[in-house]
Amino acid sequence: MIQLRVHRRQELPIWHSCLIFSGAVLLSLGISAVMLAFQGKPALGGIMHLFQGAFGTVWALEDCLVKAVPLFLCSLGVAVAFRLQIWNIGAEGQFALGAIGATWFALTFENQASWFLLSGMLIMSLLMGGLWGLIPALLKLRMKANEIIVSLMMNYIAILLLDYLVYGRWKDSESYGFPMTPVFSPGAIVKTIGSTSVNWGILLCFLFGILVWIFFRFSRLGFELAASGENVRCARYARLPYERLVALVMIISGALAGSAGFLEASANLNRLQPSIMVGYGYTAIVVAWLAKLNPLYIGLASFLLAGLRVGVENLQLDFQVPAAFGSIMEGLILLTVLAAGFFTQYRIGLRKE
Amino acid sequence: MKKWSCVFAVITCLTLGALLMVSGCGDQDKPAEAPKKEFKVGFVYVSPVGDAGWSYAHNQGRLAVEDMDGVTTAFVESVKEGPDSERVIQNMARQGYDVIFATSFGYMDPMLKVSQKFPETVFMHCSGYKTGERMGNYFGRMYQARYLSGMVAGAMTKKNILGYVAAFPIPEVIRGINAFTLGAQSVNPDVEVRVVWTKTWYDPATEKEAAKSLLDIGADVIAQHQDSPGPQEAAQEKGVYSIGYNSDMSSFAPKAHLTAPIWDWGPYYVNIVNQVKNGTWKSTAAWPGLYQGIVDLAPFGDMVPAEIQKKVLAMKADLTSGKTKVFNGPIRDQAGNVKIAANEIPEDKVLLGMTWFVKGVIGTTE
Repeated sequence: MIQLRVHRRQELPIWHSCLIFSGAVLLSLGISAVMLAFQGKPALGGIMHLFQGAFGTVWALEDCLVKAVPLFLCSLGVAVAFRLQIWNIGAEGQFALGAIGATWFALTFENQASWFLLSGMLIMSLLMGGLWGLIPALLKLRMKANEIIVSLMMNYIAILLLDYLVYGRWKDSESYGFPMTPVFSPGAIVKTIGSTSVNWGILLCFLFGILVWIFFRFSRLGFELAASGENVRCARYARLPYERLVALVMIISGALAGSAGFLEASANLNRLQPSIMVGYGYTAIVVAWLAKLNPLYIGLASFLLAGLRVGVENLQLDFQVPAAFGSIMEGLILLTVLAAGFFTQYRIGLRKE
Repeated sequence: MKKWSCVFAVITCLTLGALLMVSGCGDQDKPAEAPKKEFKVGFVYVSPVGDAGWSYAHNQGRLAVEDMDGVTTAFVESVKEGPDSERVIQNMARQGYDVIFATSFGYMDPMLKVSQKFPETVFMHCSGYKTGERMGNYFGRMYQARYLSGMVAGAMTKKNILGYVAAFPIPEVIRGINAFTLGAQSVNPDVEVRVVWTKTWYDPATEKEAAKSLLDIGADVIAQHQDSPGPQEAAQEKGVYSIGYNSDMSSFAPKAHLTAPIWDWGPYYVNIVNQVKNGTWKSTAAWPGLYQGIVDLAPFGDMVPAEIQKKVLAMKADLTSGKTKVFNGPIRDQAGNVKIAANEIPEDKVLLGMTWFVKGVIGTTE
């Protein structure tokens, strides 16, 4: 009789965990290659083509960066809340409110100086996103409402609010009735860096990323947050201000997602329209987990995930694989990397009796 | 915890590095340029091609182009409107595609932006209102076929309530609902059209539920604007009739499907590609209709009596020849105000910006 047993591992040498994680990624790529072969496409060539499409050229790298920016900001936001074990699923809605706030400012103060418009739009987006994030926090603290449900439901409200504005009072009179606001005045548009397609908004990522890192690493409040995240009861016993911390992380979390909404509306769409909502707020949750809530790795993970999405388009175009293939690959990578996390802490042994 | 993050970072860097190297190698292995330059045509779709619907109809058009001599085609499906579409269109242009067709309204601004950077490529945008030096726009007068399908629905209803599962309150959809209603009223003045918005282009479950809600208030013919056959299935399950859209949907609900206003993009796409090859292409805003064959009516189901079929086909001939127009004044809006005066034939601009419902539609355009 052979039995499977799960043992807890001792501390693993780094090279060993490296092996496990790269094995995981390779496994998911291998499965993807097999799937390509099943469709009668070149298996290895297809995978290479994907990476070439994502990282093989300068402009592909630029495309990845552009796509990584909103992912990074939303993900950084949810990671801050997750640190305290507050499950903010509402980044999507906070993103929408950020875009709405920025648009309001851009439309109200048309044709003003660029510095005034852009800083006003940024502040409005932070404010609106933060307020939208604060609502679930208050409901949780005052009425013990579950923040997962509340923040999720508020996404729908936010999207409907956005729809209401672009179908109604903000609709461009020259758009033949199509739902979108007028194009922002030139000063309200975040410019691209030189001749690249990357916009200056990427600086915000660095700024916020470093701020969040410093906050957790060096500030007392950051320490309190991390401590409360580890054990709420213990934190309360130590008289840490848990309620205030919850409200604070939800505001920060919402504000970060809101700033992503500002950048998308201003830099990429140059106006507000319903197609701004493409699910960054939900993908952000995945990214935050993959990156273990660490700002630096969130940057990496957003970039890689953006790369995967960009690369899959290349694969679609040149090999005519269905679009769903990209989602399947994304799922596979997630699954194997998360499973690898288990194998770095446990090992499975056989025992004969 | 900290250690794992470290490890994770190292791995990602290593994998990324390895893959970068691999992709670099792949580049070198690439065979030299193909000896004879093929004419490349790219298509961008907003939804998966699937078995029916909007993108399916465009893909049928693509297949017609693919059959041309010396032409290859490719497509990217499920491309979100906004920044994602800009990237996809730009990549096609970079890879030397000669003509790019983008088939959703939200691709308009991104395509215009890209078209200004690539003077060698011809850009064609479907269903918008902007043109550029290198970007033409095109659409079909689907409202003509909608009118005909409305006639069928109006003749087949017993309760005089038609249900319309509508997508988004934009002029294209509103125009279709109005034409459908006018068609139904032309054979049955007492008919009313109930509208439900799903705010989706492709969501089978939502669209089916919307159809059910219309069935519950007594509608006995269901029409739709979305890609999914959900409303067709709902109608068949309830034992009433339905009108499809985009492509012939009779295979999804053979007992319910009366007919469908459908697209036939093939001849148009072949024509455009030929123009570009010959160097005669010019940027225009094209709005062809029944006459050019870009829109049509799917074959009638067996349950449609011969006399109705005859009447509808006679009307089709009149609309095709231009003897009759769909939007013939006087046309009143829901409140009874005359929006198009008697004997007035509205300009295309009025039709393209239509945001009000005709009398007989129950619902709002908000």
